Amino acid sequence: MGLSARDLLLVSPELALVVLAIVIVLLDLVLDRKGFVLAVGIAGLAVPLAAALGLWAIVADGGPEMAFHGALVVDAFALFFKLLIVGILGLLLLSSADYIERFSPHQAEFVALVLLSAAGLMLLAGAADLIAVFVSLELASLPVVALVAFSKSERSIEAGIKYLLLSGLSSAVLLYGFAFLYGATGTVRLVALDPALPTIATMLPAAGGALPFGGFAVLLGVVLATAGFGFKLSMVPFQMWTPDVYEGAPTPVAAFLATASKAAAFAIVLRLFYTALGGASADWSIMFAVLAAVTMTVGNVVAIAQSNVKRLLGYSAIAQAGYMLIGVAAVASDGGSLLGAESVLFYLGGYAAMNLAAFFAVIAITNATGDDRIEALAGVGRRTPLIALVLAFALISLTGIPPTVGFMGKLFLFNAAVSADLAWLAVVGVLNSVVSAYYYMGIVRTMYMREPAEPRRIGAPVTAWVAMGVATAGVAVLGVWPAWLLDIARTAAGSLVP
Amino acid sequence: MLERLLILSVVLFCIGLYGVLSRRHIIAILMSIELMFNAVNVALVAFSRYVTPADLGAPGGLAENARYVLTGQGLAVFVIVAAAAEVALGLALVIALMRRTDTLDITAVNLMRR
Repeated sequence: MGLSARDLLLVSPELALVVLAIVIVLLDLVLDRKGFVLAVGIAGLAVPLAAALGLWAIVADGGPEMAFHGALVVDAFALFFKLLIVGILGLLLLSSADYIERFSPHQAEFVALVLLSAAGLMLLAGAADLIAVFVSLELASLPVVALVAFSKSERSIEAGIKYLLLSGLSSAVLLYGFAFLYGATGTVRLVALDPALPTIATMLPAAGGALPFGGFAVLLGVVLATAGFGFKLSMVPFQMWTPDVYEGAPTPVAAFLATASKAAAFAIVLRLFYTALGGASADWSIMFAVLAAVTMTVGNVVAIAQSNVKRLLGYSAIAQAGYMLIGVAAVASDGGSLLGAESVLFYLGGYAAMNLAAFFAVIAITNATGDDRIEALAGVGRRTPLIALVLAFALISLTGIPPTVGFMGKLFLFNAAVSADLAWLAVVGVLNSVVSAYYYMGIVRTMYMREPAEPRRIGAPVTAWVAMGVATAGVAVLGVWPAWLLDIARTAAGSLVP
Repeated sequence: MLERLLILSVVLFCIGLYGVLSRRHIIAILMSIELMFNAVNVALVAFSRYVTPADLGAPGGLAENARYVLTGQGLAVFVIVAAAAEVALGLALVIALMRRTDTLDITAVNLMRR
């Protein structure tokens, strides 16, 4: 029962991030030039990246590895998300070099908190028992609370308090669900839950085996856990916090929440339902189908009325979560095909690229104008043609128009829905895409068709250009050549079900 | 006996949930969330004691099977730690808010909904 070197090797990406965070805070004490810590943070990301790639090679040869007596699993699925999160982190830190100047002299704390939260998200992607899920979820969300309130403006603190209260509430609900899952099965290991489920009948004889999920305790556990995760996914009816927090938080933090945080939440939902509750897929599939339809409709319809661009991106994040829930719901009735899971993974990769491109453009523009209303984007097409082009391209992709990754991703999601006998869900998805075109294209129209309020040109630092370039290239390349990411997503999803 | 403990846990959880939904003072809401966490702990410890697959009479006895018996209690310890961290963060934010607005009424904290 000790800690072995092998365990440490298997968590080396997370370990590297935590060490990097500590190094940055310590460096900050001795260095005079505070901007330097950001460079250290970005360069240091090479270590977790290399570690995750190395583990990918090991796992590709020898199959999944368990660490810490089965609390964490290192498989292609977990590594897919770890690589995705490291990539998001790198671009995010690059793009926010200018933005975090305003936190001076506290840039180091900002970077360190982002890294710690990312470490929690990476652990979450590889969590294999309920205790690990809870602990990594807390490690991921507590730094984010501090980050949301980091601007210390009234708005930012308000967003921080809202995020803290709702995240605490959702953690408590989630844990209560875990407690009942544990009580019903006697185990916290995700892989052991599935075989243990038939024993519920012996615990609650009155429940019998005929009910969905096989018993009241498991049913209660699954519903409470879904509600708890629903908060992280910004799934309706647990989405109320999303627009407020996105508006109040520093923009890079909103981008982090929208991409990395959401990706890890989908990772654990997929793992919990496919691995631990795979036997009851007929029961939860329809639940997620309804939640997906409601989530994307609410997100898209309410987004139309928004006048603040960050708030609009918040509602857009809700709608996009709805699209991805289609993939979660689209579990094939025979349980053999993983089309739904792999389309979610592909979409998460593409979504990270297009959403980051949109956020980076918004960061660059609002940094120069200091105004995050949609009206302030008027004439941006003339003031900064390139950044406007990046934003327009990202919005086209978010709408789902070819030749972008947004189109490809939706194609795979809707295809998975149809092959899982959920054609109506695909129809709802297509109709929603049409609705979303109204507000996404509304921004494009404002940028190009309206006269600028002032003629002053908008510039961006080199680092932001690099980040925007990489994200935009990702959107375009994945749009015309999606096969390689789809292959990786297929390998990753394949390790979900043994 | 398990039933009684679970009833206690559900009652605690519901009081906490009601508090979160009805109280307006931020610290009262934080306390209500604590109550919900403690309801979880009661349930976990109760389950840990009464529902466990490990046969304590099996070879090796308690020493060998302790990790099964203690799983729920182990999770409860993590919950206590996480709840404490959450309250620490919450109080820091409360102080920051107090410095700016002089109110801790959650309904008054609605800049973005105006």
